[in-house]
Amino acid sequence: MKLYETVIGLEVHVELATKSKIFCSCSTEFGGEPNSHCCPICIGLPGTLPVLNKKVVEYAIAAGLALNCSITQKCKFDRKNYFYPDLPKAYQVSQLYLPLCRNGYIEIETEAGKKRIGIHEIHIEEDAGKLIHDAFEDGSLIDYNRCGIPLIEIVSEPDMRSPQEVIAYLEKLKMILQYLGVSDCKMQEGSLRADINLSVRELGSNQLGVRTEMKNMNSFKAIARAIEGESKRQIELLEANKAVIQETRRWDDKLNTSISMRSKEDAKDYRYFPDPDLPPMEISQEWIDQIKGRQPELRDEKVERYQRDYGIPAYDASIITGIKKLAELFEETVEICGKAKEVSNWIIVELMRLLREEEMEAEDICFAPVNLAKLIQLIEEGKINRTVAKEVFEHIFKENVNPEEYVEQHDLSLVSDDGLLRSVIEKIILENPKSLEDYRNGKDKVIGYLVGQTMKEMKGKADPSMVKDIIYDLLNP
Amino acid sequence: MEITEEIIHKVAELSKLRLTDKEKDKLLESFHGFLNYVQTMNDLDTKDVEPMTHVLPLKNVFREDRVCQETDRESVLKNAPEKKDRYFAVPKTVE
Ligand SMILES: [Zn+2]
Repeated sequence: MKLYETVIGLEVHVELATKSKIFCSCSTEFGGEPNSHCCPICIGLPGTLPVLNKKVVEYAIAAGLALNCSITQKCKFDRKNYFYPDLPKAYQVSQLYLPLCRNGYIEIETEAGKKRIGIHEIHIEEDAGKLIHDAFEDGSLIDYNRCGIPLIEIVSEPDMRSPQEVIAYLEKLKMILQYLGVSDCKMQEGSLRADINLSVRELGSNQLGVRTEMKNMNSFKAIARAIEGESKRQIELLEANKAVIQETRRWDDKLNTSISMRSKEDAKDYRYFPDPDLPPMEISQEWIDQIKGRQPELRDEKVERYQRDYGIPAYDASIITGIKKLAELFEETVEICGKAKEVSNWIIVELMRLLREEEMEAEDICFAPVNLAKLIQLIEEGKINRTVAKEVFEHIFKENVNPEEYVEQHDLSLVSDDGLLRSVIEKIILENPKSLEDYRNGKDKVIGYLVGQTMKEMKGKADPSMVKDIIYDLLNP
Repeated sequence: MEITEEIIHKVAELSKLRLTDKEKDKLLESFHGFLNYVQTMNDLDTKDVEPMTHVLPLKNVFREDRVCQETDRESVLKNAPEKKDRYFAVPKTVE
């Protein structure tokens, strides 16, 4: 078999975090009652006129600047025409000819090292409504709440070669956009959606192969699997001397394969033309400079500040700042309880473990920082030990419990009653006469065994160092 | 560009229009006329002319990012040809 290389470019749609829609003053809130955030403009009634939300332009410029793009100062909107009921106007306002941002890049890091991924362009668009297909037999239902929510589409150059690079690119993109505050980038709620353009070619060739496009990717893991699966499919076709057809395919994560979407031959004929309802934009250098001046603290600055002001190691700082939500959680918790290193440990070890186990995104964390702060306080005060604390933390993570109340209700406080502990340990020593003998013969290891037995008997509610002291005391009368 | 019946057919299909033969003939004629006009413009030297993107002398028309004036659902759904529950209803559409 020949050696192949996979060539990947991404189109990432990001919903902007404005309060109102792009061309009307309806709310962009997620999860509202169906068709409750609608008006004559966003449901496309005749006779209405769109007025552009200034914040959309500012957010898009902020994103462009952070991704090292040049800003197209004379810029306009175009109509992309197609009939589909999620789009009540029968066209989507987009930017084909003069996208707002062009020629940028971001730097990613994988095990293979650092690499620059080019950004071809970023343009502004409006989102479409949501179709519900399975609700009833004879038709589909439409909720237009999402219709007219502002989007930016970030189009990369075909610079990626592996799933690892694609994930690194998406993670970096997500982090930058979240820090800028231009989007919450929640994949589960569809505020970040990636389309993958993928082709394969013989290693060493500088000609691009025929590409396919996969839509509807809703998690990083699915994206990685889709890239593996689709590369394999295309390589198998080429190996069998068959051609790859340029088409849109849908990745089916359950079947672990991509499926051709029935697409009409004319589907690409969108007949773009300048939107006559939207006057062009002329973006002044002052406006760009103003936005540049307002860019918030990005990751690199945070990493430095965390080491300087909180005294945590560079490693901790880089992990925590990798996700905006974790950085916020860290800062808020430290604000309450001090103990920066302790907070950092809980985030990096236990919190990250639970996120992995539950396959959750950090953005979905819903517990209050004050509860983590209280937990750390309980350990500091010697009210609970670390084993119990881990158990309580799981409940904080899952149910946002107040650890003080939880410990109280479940009777998890450490037993610090010397007399009680002493009687338990005496009983254990009596039940294990061999251990006493071993100890007298100089086998110190037996202490560890006895501590373990005691902790078991106490259901973890004892301080191991206190237990150890008592055991020594009893064994050396 | 030669306008053929095929092109008329394709444009009609993309626009979801059903045309009679008589209408097609008429459109064929007006397409020719229109494209001839465009050809005249193509023949002109427009090297130093900035493309016009909008007919009115307007630019930078913005609104502030404020939520107001949502329409109640009853009114939103009032003109829907079909509705079901709280939704617009359309014939089954699968991409
Ligand atoms: Zn609206």
